[in-house]
Amino acid sequence: MNELMEMLKDRPFFEGLSEAHMKLLAACAALRSFEPDVCLFREHEPAEAFYLVRSGTVALESRLPGRGARTFATLGEGDMLGWSWLIPPYRWHYDARAITPVHTVHFDAAVLRDRMDHDPELGYALLKRFTGLIVERLQAARLQSLDIYGDADVGLGG
Amino acid sequence: MSVSAAEPAHEPMAPEPWRIRQVRREVADGEVFTWTMEPLSGEAAVARPGQFNMLYLFGVGEVAISISALADDGTPVHTIRAVGSVTRAMQDLGPGDVVGLRGPFGSAWPVAAAEGRDLVLAAGGIGLAPLRPVVHAVLARREAFGRVLVCYGARSPRDLIFRDELEQWRANPDLDLRVTVDRGTADWKGDVGVVTQLIDRGGFDGRNAIAMVCGPEVMMRFSALSLHRRGIAPERIHVSMERSMRCALGFCGHCQIGPHFVCRDGPVFPYPAMEPAFRVNEL
Ligand SMILES: Cc1cc2nc3c(=O)[nH]c(=O)nc-3n(C[C@H](O)[C@H](O)[C@H](O)COP(=O)(O)OP(=O)(O)OC[C@H]3O[C@@H](n4cnc5c(N)ncnc54)[C@H](O)[C@@H]3O)c2cc1C
Ligand code: FES
Repeated sequence: MNELMEMLKDRPFFEGLSEAHMKLLAACAALRSFEPDVCLFREHEPAEAFYLVRSGTVALESRLPGRGARTFATLGEGDMLGWSWLIPPYRWHYDARAITPVHTVHFDAAVLRDRMDHDPELGYALLKRFTGLIVERLQAARLQSLDIYGDADVGLGG
Repeated sequence: MSVSAAEPAHEPMAPEPWRIRQVRREVADGEVFTWTMEPLSGEAAVARPGQFNMLYLFGVGEVAISISALADDGTPVHTIRAVGSVTRAMQDLGPGDVVGLRGPFGSAWPVAAAEGRDLVLAAGGIGLAPLRPVVHAVLARREAFGRVLVCYGARSPRDLIFRDELEQWRANPDLDLRVTVDRGTADWKGDVGVVTQLIDRGGFDGRNAIAMVCGPEVMMRFSALSLHRRGIAPERIHVSMERSMRCALGFCGHCQIGPHFVCRDGPVFPYPAMEPAFRVNEL
């Protein structure tokens, strides 16, 4: 547990959390590794976890009928993965697949969700962090969908 | 021919004839290509990273193109993306063909100011071309800099330029190269997503870092936000602006952004000087 605390405490995502909340998070955490090509989770499965990627690359994929899986984003060292556990119906909206060997900290979100309901301070602290993450990803997705390097934007933009 | 001085060597409005020595295709369809050139006569001024030349295709027109490297003899290398009438016509030229060149013009990346600091380079699309000479300058005096991060985003794997060099940079422990594409392909094993995500992963000391950003304006704006969020003060974030150019000498006003002339005061600016323009362009 101490080792996990050490791992979490330097990550910007957890910055500013109280000692007690950090201890709780560490108590809900475990190290998990994934071989290349193994799914961390799949679309529609119950979302009962979130992850801190310690190393390696994870592809987030959507499956398109007749066209197979398509990677819409990748996550790497230091990235947080997963917020579907926060919002009903608590199911994943995409697949997460290891592209390289991936080492993570896995958090038991079902337990944390329950604790957040009973401890509004913890609930607010975590929601604030996950909302920041969601906004960051939303902005990134918006930028990605603009096709900024396409023909509409020329010159140095090309 | 000899190479000297940092200012345009000749009459600044009169293009000097330069011969294309070598053409290198950067992407499969040749839409992006790199020219190594030599002056037919006289002296060529040595450009600094971030500066640009005006390249003139006789009878067609003139375009601003950044220095994408300096050849061993100090002559400028240019990397061009064919987008319109002049640059598409340039795509048809080969070794031995002659074009007009005036320059170098404009401000340079503050490479010396980055010494002793971490350096973050963020490039989008062909925006890697004007930043490449910075990487060369850093590698030539690597010990003078802290951590050096190169974040490069492109539309798809087939749009990545300078591939051989990217491989060398990737293998170089002195550089932290991160590459991402907006749209992956089945055989692409790298990152998918926008370049800001590469910045968000950190790996530099924001309080002591300097950043140089080049790409589409919207990419530069979001990159500046990410860099700032990571602790880099706005005045230590530098961007390279692009505006349509005519004289390149601060006379005609074609390239004006507010009180600034991109050709004379830029193209490299500290981010705060350009922030109002980014906001207006996003309205
Ligand atoms: C300082 C500076 C450095 C540059 N460095 C490079 C470089 O290293 N490599 C490179 O490939 N390009 C570079 N550019 C951009 C290049 O100058 C333009 O792509 C070129 O002028 C287009 O000319 P054209 O006649 O081929 O296209 P046009 O026929 O003039 O235009 C084709 C389309 O591009 C648009 N367009 C033209 N010029 C610009 C521009 N400057 N900005 C935005 N939209 C434009 C037009 O509106 C039109 O839609 C740089 C520009 C500046 C100002
Ligand atoms: S191009 Fe004429 S003032 Fe800048």
